[in-house]
Amino acid sequence: MKKGNDHGKHKYGMVIDIDKCTGCGTCMVACAAENNVSVRADQSDKERTITWMRLYKISNGKEFPHTEVSYFPRPCMHCDHHPPCVSVCVATATKLDFNTGIVSQIYTRCIGCRYCQAACPYGARYFNWWDAFPQDKGMDRYLTPEVSPRMRGVVEKCTFCHHRLMRAKTLAYAEDRRELEEGEYVTACTEACPAQAITFGDLNNPEHEVSKLIKHPFTFRLLERIGTEPKVYYHSSRDWVRKLGDNFLPGEYTPVVNKTWAEEEWSTKPGRDEF
Amino acid sequence: MKDPVNSSKKSSAKGGDVSSPSGFFPRWMNINIIAQDVGFFILGLIGASIVGWVIFPAVLYSKHPQPINFNHALHLDSEKVDGIEGETKAEKCLSCHVFRDDGTFAGIPKLEKCTECHDDPESPLGETPQEKAFMTKYVADDKEIPWFVYSKQPDCVYFPHIAHVKMGNIDCTTCHGDFADNEKLPLYVKNRLTGYSMNIWGERISGFYWNKKFSDRMKMDDCARCHTEKGQEQNNACFVCHK
Repeated sequence: MKKGNDHGKHKYGMVIDIDKCTGCGTCMVACAAENNVSVRADQSDKERTITWMRLYKISNGKEFPHTEVSYFPRPCMHCDHHPPCVSVCVATATKLDFNTGIVSQIYTRCIGCRYCQAACPYGARYFNWWDAFPQDKGMDRYLTPEVSPRMRGVVEKCTFCHHRLMRAKTLAYAEDRRELEEGEYVTACTEACPAQAITFGDLNNPEHEVSKLIKHPFTFRLLERIGTEPKVYYHSSRDWVRKLGDNFLPGEYTPVVNKTWAEEEWSTKPGRDEF
Repeated sequence: MKDPVNSSKKSSAKGGDVSSPSGFFPRWMNINIIAQDVGFFILGLIGASIVGWVIFPAVLYSKHPQPINFNHALHLDSEKVDGIEGETKAEKCLSCHVFRDDGTFAGIPKLEKCTECHDDPESPLGETPQEKAFMTKYVADDKEIPWFVYSKQPDCVYFPHIAHVKMGNIDCTTCHGDFADNEKLPLYVKNRLTGYSMNIWGERISGFYWNKKFSDRMKMDDCARCHTEKGQEQNNACFVCHK
C-alpha cells in the first residue's frame, strides 16, 4: 500500500540522537509551553496527564559496574503511508498530509471516541478529560496565540509544531519565496534541546541534515517491523539501545555487523566530525 | 409451522374491518374530515415556516453598531488623505490594513494609525457626535477602539492573508465584499448561540450557495470550493487551514 506520500513535496522528519540525550526534559517543557498543553493541579496522575513529548528511561539491565541508562524522547511518530490512528478515525479528524508528511489532528472535528488512542502503537495520543485552561484564573495569558487550545473530550497529539511551519511559510511569502530553507521550520523541542540531540528537517530533501542522518547504520526507528514507517528516527551507537527499539525475540536481533566500517564511513563524511 | 388459533383470529379480524355499515369506504374517510385535516396541516406548515424562516433567525442574531462610524469612501480618497497610495483598490486597502514584516496580517489598524493624522483636535474631522466621541473617548485617553470584526474566524482556523493576497493575487473584495465605497459601516450581526459573526455563516440561514459570490460567507466549504476551482486541491488538507 505504498502510495501518496512518496509523491509529496516535503516529508518532515526528525532524528533524535539517544547518545546525546541527557534526559533533562527540556523538550517536554518546551513542547508543553509551546503547544498550550494543559496542566492540572495534580500532575502525578499519569493516566490523565498530557505529554505530547515524553521521555522514557531505558536501561541495559546489567549489574552495577556495567549499568547503562539512556533516555528516549517520544513525540508523535508521524507514521508514513497509512498511520494506524488515521485508518481507524471514524470522524476523519486525523489525516496524513501528503505534502508535509505531518499527521494532523483537528480538535473541532474529533468526537472523542479514543479509537486512535487505542490504535497508536506508540502511546503518543492523549485524551482531554477536562477543559484545558480554566477561563478565570488568568492562565490564558500564557497561551501561544498560534495554537488552538483543546476542549474537553477530544484527543490531541504532537503536531511537529505545525504552527511553526505556517509561520515559516508566511515569512517566506513575505520575502517572495515559496520554498523554505533548512532550519527555518524546526519544532520547539528541536530548538530547546540543550544537547542538540534532535535534528529536524525535510526527509525528501537530500541536502537536509536529517536525510543524511537516516542513512546511517546506527539509525533506527521504534517498532520498525510493524510497518508504520515513522518519520521520527533514533540514532545510537550502542547495540542494547537499538535492540530496545523493537520487541525482539531472543536471538532475533542482529547487531550492526561491520561496526568499524560504519563508523569510518560516517566520520569521512564532510561536516560530521563530531561523531 | 401453522398456528391454528392465531390464523383463525386473523381471518375473523380482517373480515370485520373490511365490511363497514355505510359501504365500501370506512367511516373516517369522510371528505369533510379530510379537508379539515389537510387544512390544519397547511396552517401548521405555514406557521412552522414563519417560525423557522422569520422568527427564529430574528431571535438568533443580535445586531450591534460599531463603536464609531468609519467612512471608508472618504479615507480611500488619496487627494484628501495622505498616505493612501496605489492604483487599485487592493493596493489602497494595504495602506492601512498592512502586512507586518514577518508576513502576518495586521487586520484592523490600531489607534496609532488613526492618530498619524488625527493627532490633535485641530486635525480635519467632521462635526458629528461620533467623530467628537472618537477624539474625546479614544484619542484623548489613548484607548483602542473596540471594533467588531465582521470576518473573525473561530480559534481553530489559520488564514494567512499573504498567501492569498500576495501569492495568490486574490482581491480583498473577493472574500470581504466591497468596503471601499462604504460611507457607513454596516451593523455587526452576531449569532447569539455561537458568538460568531453572521458574515461567516452567510446571510441565508438555509446555507445554500445561491449567489455564487464568495464574499457572501466565509465557511470552510467556501475555502475548499475556491481552492478546488483554482486547482489548489492540495491546500484542502486539514492542517493547511486548521491549527
